[in-house]
Amino acid sequence: MQKDVIFSEIGDTLVARIQCDVDHHTAKHMRESIDAMLLNRNPDELVLDFTRVDFMDSSGLGLILGRVERASSIGAQVRICGMSPRIMKLVKLSGIERIQGITVGK
Amino acid sequence: MKKKINEMTLRLPAISINESVARSVISAFVAGLDPTVEELGDLRCAVSEAVTNCIVHAYRGYPADEPGEIYISVRLYDSREVTVEITDRGCGIEDTDLARKPCFTTGESGERCGMGFLVMESFTDYLSVRSKRGEGTTVLMRKNLKP
Repeated sequence: MQKDVIFSEIGDTLVARIQCDVDHHTAKHMRESIDAMLLNRNPDELVLDFTRVDFMDSSGLGLILGRVERASSIGAQVRICGMSPRIMKLVKLSGIERIQGITVGK
Repeated sequence: MKKKINEMTLRLPAISINESVARSVISAFVAGLDPTVEELGDLRCAVSEAVTNCIVHAYRGYPADEPGEIYISVRLYDSREVTVEITDRGCGIEDTDLARKPCFTTGESGERCGMGFLVMESFTDYLSVRSKRGEGTTVLMRKNLKP
């Protein structure tokens, strides 16, 4: 099976590159693997990279918000990047980019 | 007067793999009206939200071997209007006005953000929610495609 998240590390930053559609069905496994890596690597920053994501619904917003919560509990920040105009539309609608502990990057 | 040019009905078990099935089928069906990429993206997302609500909320706690059913009706009109009606026979919504408020959720804390109805409302031109406690919910969405 194709991996749903590919991880890499750059210094104290953990990068999670999401590889498929994000909906309620796929988000469950993604959040389990991201949370496990967060605990294991204890980074200063978690980057969620959506470059490879074609479709996302509000389950993806839940995935981001839940990870911001988890990351802040270990003192880490979250950056989201690589979003298509489609995904940006959803992010803007939700206003999550204004939440503390999250930044929207390229 | 607008004339109906095509319609379909889809019945799916309320299991999460069918979120993407519902999106794909509706995309293919609406493609006949030659929508823009953005319009199709809006519809796919709105449908995904409605179907997810059936699975996560309406049929919450149902056993895996009896998951409940989701009924999806799509109609296309010559006025380039698309209507999508999504019905479940699940638990119903106590207060539909409250459920439609952004950030309201009864879902698992930290994982459901309470944005489903806001997305459906924002990505379509009309949304109505009819529900009866213990009997189920029908969500009706309408989207007018650009000429």
